[in-house]
Amino acid sequence: MLTYIIRRFLLALLTIASISVLSFAIIQLPPGDYVTAYIAQLASSGVDVTPEFAENLRQQYGLDSPIYVQYFKWMEQIARGNFGRSLEWQVPVLTIIGDRLWLTMAVSISAVLFTWGLALPIGIYSAVRQYSIADYIFTFVGFIGLAVPSFLLALILMYLGFRYFGANIGGLFSPEYLQADWSPAKVWDLIKHLPLPALILGTAGTAQLIRIMRANLLDELRKPYVITARAKGMSEFRLILKYPVRAALNPFVSTLGYLFPFIISGSIIVALVLGLPTIGPLLLRALVAQDMFLAGTIVLFLGILTVLGTFISDILLMWIDPRIRFERRE
Amino acid sequence: MNSAPILTVDNLKTYFFTDEGTVKAVDGASFAVQAGKTVGIVGESGCGKSVTALSILRIIQRPGRIIDGEILLRRVDGAGKSSEVDLARLDPEGGEIRAIRGGEIALVFQEPMTSFSPHYTIGNQIIETIQLHQDISKAEARNRSIELLRMVGIPRPERRIDEYPFELSGGLRQRVMIAMALSCNPRILIADEPTTALDVTTQAQILDLLREIQERTRMSVIIITHDMGVIAEMADDVIVMYLGRVVESGPVDEIFHQPKHPYTQALLRSIPSIFAEPRSKLPTIAGSIPHPHNRPSGCPFHPRCNERMAGLCDVYAPRLLPIGERQMASCFLYHEPEEAPQA
Repeated sequence: MLTYIIRRFLLALLTIASISVLSFAIIQLPPGDYVTAYIAQLASSGVDVTPEFAENLRQQYGLDSPIYVQYFKWMEQIARGNFGRSLEWQVPVLTIIGDRLWLTMAVSISAVLFTWGLALPIGIYSAVRQYSIADYIFTFVGFIGLAVPSFLLALILMYLGFRYFGANIGGLFSPEYLQADWSPAKVWDLIKHLPLPALILGTAGTAQLIRIMRANLLDELRKPYVITARAKGMSEFRLILKYPVRAALNPFVSTLGYLFPFIISGSIIVALVLGLPTIGPLLLRALVAQDMFLAGTIVLFLGILTVLGTFISDILLMWIDPRIRFERRE
Repeated sequence: MNSAPILTVDNLKTYFFTDEGTVKAVDGASFAVQAGKTVGIVGESGCGKSVTALSILRIIQRPGRIIDGEILLRRVDGAGKSSEVDLARLDPEGGEIRAIRGGEIALVFQEPMTSFSPHYTIGNQIIETIQLHQDISKAEARNRSIELLRMVGIPRPERRIDEYPFELSGGLRQRVMIAMALSCNPRILIADEPTTALDVTTQAQILDLLREIQERTRMSVIIITHDMGVIAEMADDVIVMYLGRVVESGPVDEIFHQPKHPYTQALLRSIPSIFAEPRSKLPTIAGSIPHPHNRPSGCPFHPRCNERMAGLCDVYAPRLLPIGERQMASCFLYHEPEEAPQA
């Protein structure tokens, strides 16, 4: 089992290395570079730019050397913990990403917790009481949740919040904490602000997971081991939680790794609407401005987090399902 | 021995209410199980054998429901006074029936491959059963589980107990299943096709094991099978079912040597015999089991019966009535119709 984990870990490292190449390639894909974008911006504001000026800028940023040289320079710097400077903001990339990364994780994790906390019990109930009135209601509400775009939901909730409670519900902090240093009070303020984005970002996923849980559990409930357990005289509640639900959890855990990037890329519009200081809008802007070090670092981070998430979900799966544990041993 | 039976099933009707119509899986089955004896229930697939077993334990799943009949379980208390409880009247999720399930009546299932959950060790699943019915510590339950595994012939039970079901062969798994069923000293063991999924040598071992355990514990066994060979080897009394009804019942010798019902006779004819002429065709029962939504009128067997009497068998429904001292059959070859034609 240990060898399996080590092997998975080495594979994860290899995957991360390939991701770094890919993310570098992706940010190089659009025609032009940061200087092109910067000059276009200057030109549009009426400043004349000479070709010499552009050439100087390119040399300054190292944009004139071949692409693979640029990649290795980038990697070399990253290995030293230097992720480069944002071309647009003129500060180290890490300074910009810093807090945003943690806030993004806080938002994502609370959205996942919200999703699971709601979807698992409802999915279980819907399966156990299949075709009951409550099952139909959950199905109906679930499909609506799936169909409504989350940014629209965000707009509606913001409107309702403002109209009836006079509260501005955007953002992750109250104004007085926005610039404040981290303190227990600020963390509490963040926690108070988290439920709403969690609800908005989690609604579609919840509806989806309810359907998945319901379908999985319906399959499991028909398996003979459920009849065996029933024939032992177990109570229905304990039986269902111990046997079929555990089996139905597998697909949840195995998709854990994809949740994180999914929530980030799916949440850009919502984050813009709600004014959330998360990674999504930053990535969008960096891509538009061809701010290559910033965009590259964000893409790289997302890739690493996905690989890590998959690694964790693999280990969790081994813990949940002994069959996987034994297959791997061979 | 003429003592009162330990379990009496009387006119049991279990129907499944599906969108396509009502399926009468068990339609008026009656039989009795004597203490310490083995009853064999035999019949083709779909005749209601398994549904009868599940009905006794009250674990029929929706859309199935017991709509009529009694299932009387007799208990004798310390003072020798006997009392009866009608399982058909109990709340299927209530505490009383749950104490009986696995405690007084245990089930061995036909699928040793899938009747354990792959997520827990066999020890976990046996210990759980014991602790459900007996107020003992986990360590005691574990020791008892190891003893049970040893009793059913699992080698090195103290190590096997921590293994997962998928690490065991089909035969071993069925032994574990039997150990789990025996864990609370049930008075009745229902074995639903316990050997169907096993190869022939393993089948014989499992049947030997069941018989040996029964001799030791004096419990009653209901063995459900489609295999007349299993019946001959195991049963004291035999119940032959066809389309949810009991068509014939009696002691095993009478059933094998003087079968009365044409269906029983046909079943016995279709057993391969080593005395048969080589390359001769095995006799079969003409036709196949009717679709459950399309039950024949009158006697359910009449379309396949080679002794059917037109105007009688296809109009009137025969009842299970005594023939001779201990045998019963539901067939107009032996009884006159006594009721009005079925609608």
